[in-house]
Amino acid sequence: MNLTRSVVLPLAAIAAILFIPKPSNSQEQKPAPAPPGQAQAAPQGQEKPKAEEDPFAPHPAPPLPPGMTGSDVNDPRAKLKAGMYDAGEIAKGLKHLAFVKKPNAFQIQATSADDPSVQKMLGQLGVGAAELQKMPKTLQVVIAQLAFANSDFAFQGNHLFQGNFYGVNIYDISNPAKTSLLTSMVCPGGQGDVSVYGNLMFMSVEMPNGRIDCGSQGFPAEPAPEPGKEKERRLPVPQKERFRGVRIFDISDIKSPKQVAAVQTCRGSHTHTLVVDPNDKENVYIYVSGTSFVRQSEELAGCSGEGPEKDPNTALFRIDVIKVPVAHPDQAAIVSHPRVFIDPRSGVINGLNNGGSHGKGEEKPRDTDQCHDITVYSAIGLAAGACSGNGLLLDIKDPVNPKRVDAVNDPNYSYWHSASFSNDGSKVVFTDEWGGGLGARCRANDPNKWGADAIFNLKDEKLSFANYYKLPAAQGDTENCVAHNGSLIPVPGRDIEVQAWYQGGVSVMDFTDPAHPQEIAYFDRGAIDPKMLVLGGDWSAYWYNGAIYGSEIARGLDVYELTPTDLLTQNEIDAAKAVQVKELNVQNQQKLEWPSKLVVAKAYLDQLERSRALPANEVASLRKAIRSAEKSHLKAKQLAKLSGMTSGLESSAVGTKTAADASRIQALEEILKHPAA
Amino acid sequence: MLAASMLWAPFSLVAGAQKATGGPAVVQPGAPGEPTKTLPADTHASLPPISRADVEFMQGMIMHHSQAVEMTAMISSHTENKGVRALGAKISSSQADEIRMMERWLAARGQATSMEMPGTPGMPGMPGMDMSGSPMALMPGMLSSEQMEALRKARGAEFDRLFLSGMIQHHGGALVMVKDLFNSAGAGQDAEIFDFATDVDNSQRAEIKIMQKFLEELH
Repeated sequence: MNLTRSVVLPLAAIAAILFIPKPSNSQEQKPAPAPPGQAQAAPQGQEKPKAEEDPFAPHPAPPLPPGMTGSDVNDPRAKLKAGMYDAGEIAKGLKHLAFVKKPNAFQIQATSADDPSVQKMLGQLGVGAAELQKMPKTLQVVIAQLAFANSDFAFQGNHLFQGNFYGVNIYDISNPAKTSLLTSMVCPGGQGDVSVYGNLMFMSVEMPNGRIDCGSQGFPAEPAPEPGKEKERRLPVPQKERFRGVRIFDISDIKSPKQVAAVQTCRGSHTHTLVVDPNDKENVYIYVSGTSFVRQSEELAGCSGEGPEKDPNTALFRIDVIKVPVAHPDQAAIVSHPRVFIDPRSGVINGLNNGGSHGKGEEKPRDTDQCHDITVYSAIGLAAGACSGNGLLLDIKDPVNPKRVDAVNDPNYSYWHSASFSNDGSKVVFTDEWGGGLGARCRANDPNKWGADAIFNLKDEKLSFANYYKLPAAQGDTENCVAHNGSLIPVPGRDIEVQAWYQGGVSVMDFTDPAHPQEIAYFDRGAIDPKMLVLGGDWSAYWYNGAIYGSEIARGLDVYELTPTDLLTQNEIDAAKAVQVKELNVQNQQKLEWPSKLVVAKAYLDQLERSRALPANEVASLRKAIRSAEKSHLKAKQLAKLSGMTSGLESSAVGTKTAADASRIQALEEILKHPAA
Repeated sequence: MLAASMLWAPFSLVAGAQKATGGPAVVQPGAPGEPTKTLPADTHASLPPISRADVEFMQGMIMHHSQAVEMTAMISSHTENKGVRALGAKISSSQADEIRMMERWLAARGQATSMEMPGTPGMPGMPGMDMSGSPMALMPGMLSSEQMEALRKARGAEFDRLFLSGMIQHHGGALVMVKDLFNSAGAGQDAEIFDFATDVDNSQRAEIKIMQKFLEELH
């Protein structure tokens, strides 16, 4: 292949679509753009017909590797109509309650090429008015989409906090179906991962445009050099006004958050995790995961991006821990830099290349030097770290000094991204963000072991692999799709997670049996655009006090509720709604506790009927007794009858019951003995 | 512009007025300890500038990636080594994918997908660019035409050795390019270029480790 030609030809192709203001390309050319699908991947080593190629058309997926299977192309989700706000939608077991468009303060005005604000914005990007007239309108939507991407959620009382690369939006969710915007807080710097605790809100910043003062102007670019002075630097790279780290806001006035502290870190904060030590009421802690470049020590003293051989104090191969005095958040500061990748025998800080495997010797040589996200579960004293090349299990009983107790890797995993524990702490669901979330990775030819969840059993502080779960429906080649953030749904007696898959939509998965995970509900929309991949879809999908919220990157905020199906009954949904929390930061996992109410008993009963662990007549008579107890408003006589029925339950269980059924029967007995109003 | 300046005034009175109207508040906090400003209700988002270094990074990386794709294209006819074949397929598909992403990024910003050649009147040179006037300027880590020719002629284990050492050199250059990008004033502020450059750094660093291991096994 001739390199010069391969570089120059695509330029001609682009000039065919866009007007490019360079003297050599200034004559107008307007051949018809290639129809979608015509742009095929040329076999390796063969010249592509580049002059015909539309640079925005997606490439088809490479063939499935031998022995791998892909997702289902016959699923109704596989072929939904595309559209930004009018895409086809389909749901099973979920009802779409509300959609709230991303606020204007977080969007460039890109609906019309004639709009002065578009021209102003594009002018900043170096695009002139003349070129703008030639630019397809869909392109204006795609420009800089990521800069205003919605990201993660936090919840408190009736408030929902939606992070964004450009700041945070706060919504009133007192009536989920009528979710409304309260506050748009402009404060750019990406990704805007967000947590709340009492009057405090925490926010992650990692990008070089982040400013201490929340300004959106970023920092000036180096002016064009004069001839002969190309290598001279006129602007300093280090900027004292730059902010990369974790911001802390006082949110006592929900309509006017006030920044009270900004803790700088060397790598910035891609994500962070709120850690509440059960033994420390005075402070909370923040685990900071940085994944990008280490800044210069001239900007932040002590920062070094050297390898550990050259500099033992390198900012690589560590996480950062911030201590926040609750009464004096302005005194928040970094208190430790745990070396969670250390080899405990040799003391080498980059000691995690091959930290255990379930892949029979197919260990990947990777120098894991960063965590992407950490989920802490203080109730069991453990954290699960999703740390690029490995999944980590950390002992966090001393939150300032987390210690690695286990690590796994996986031959099919590309990037360990996030984690959630089952409520009883016996399982961990990790996700693999293959392609970084920007790519279409749920196509029919994408292996369903790649970019999937990996479910591990957790016993005696050891992780062992059980199975993968990937969105079962094939998605289009203009839909970015891969496993992403999810939370538990508090259905008693089952392990259920609702999860976001970017433009793959929302999928609700049962992993009670970790070897056989099963989808029980979903919602999906068509692609944003049929002809090119425009970044969008759900970043997070979390259950909070009875509703499910989806953070749609490009479009806004979705609200759903569960509806009964053969895989989930109304009683199970009602029992989940009986669990109410005051605050939810999903990566700071809280132990779910169910009230001793008859609605919870009815959920267990439905499950025991579904699994046929109890004979049908037994289920029927228990239901009847529960109904009459409810009708009587829990009168003593009816309660005594209920309580009496529990004695034979254990023995009437049919055949070999599973561990899950055994604990359901036990929990059912407990409630029937002492039901609460 | 009295009305406008009042809206921008950082007093809680203004926030109170917002609350009274009941509409959503648009606010912008200040530095720690500083008051929060209320912005006009019709505020739209704006972006930091993209820099010349951003555009040159993307243009240079397209050229850089193209050579990697050209190198991997030789694999099928030059070696039977399974490890090299598998790795080559992965590099080829991810870098081809990324070339398209970079072309999209540049096209969407009205920029050319290739950089100007040195010596073009009025056009700046590139850091790391060959200024000798040769027609093909190389980005850091790119193989010279002699190296490419040697690779083309090699077969079997000799090809594996040259391919792996060449690709390690090539990937090492990409890391230099990322470092240079973030060491340029005003660069990397665009979210897509930031994410892309960060990903190039993480994924190519990992691939270098894999190739070093392969190379050790060859000896």
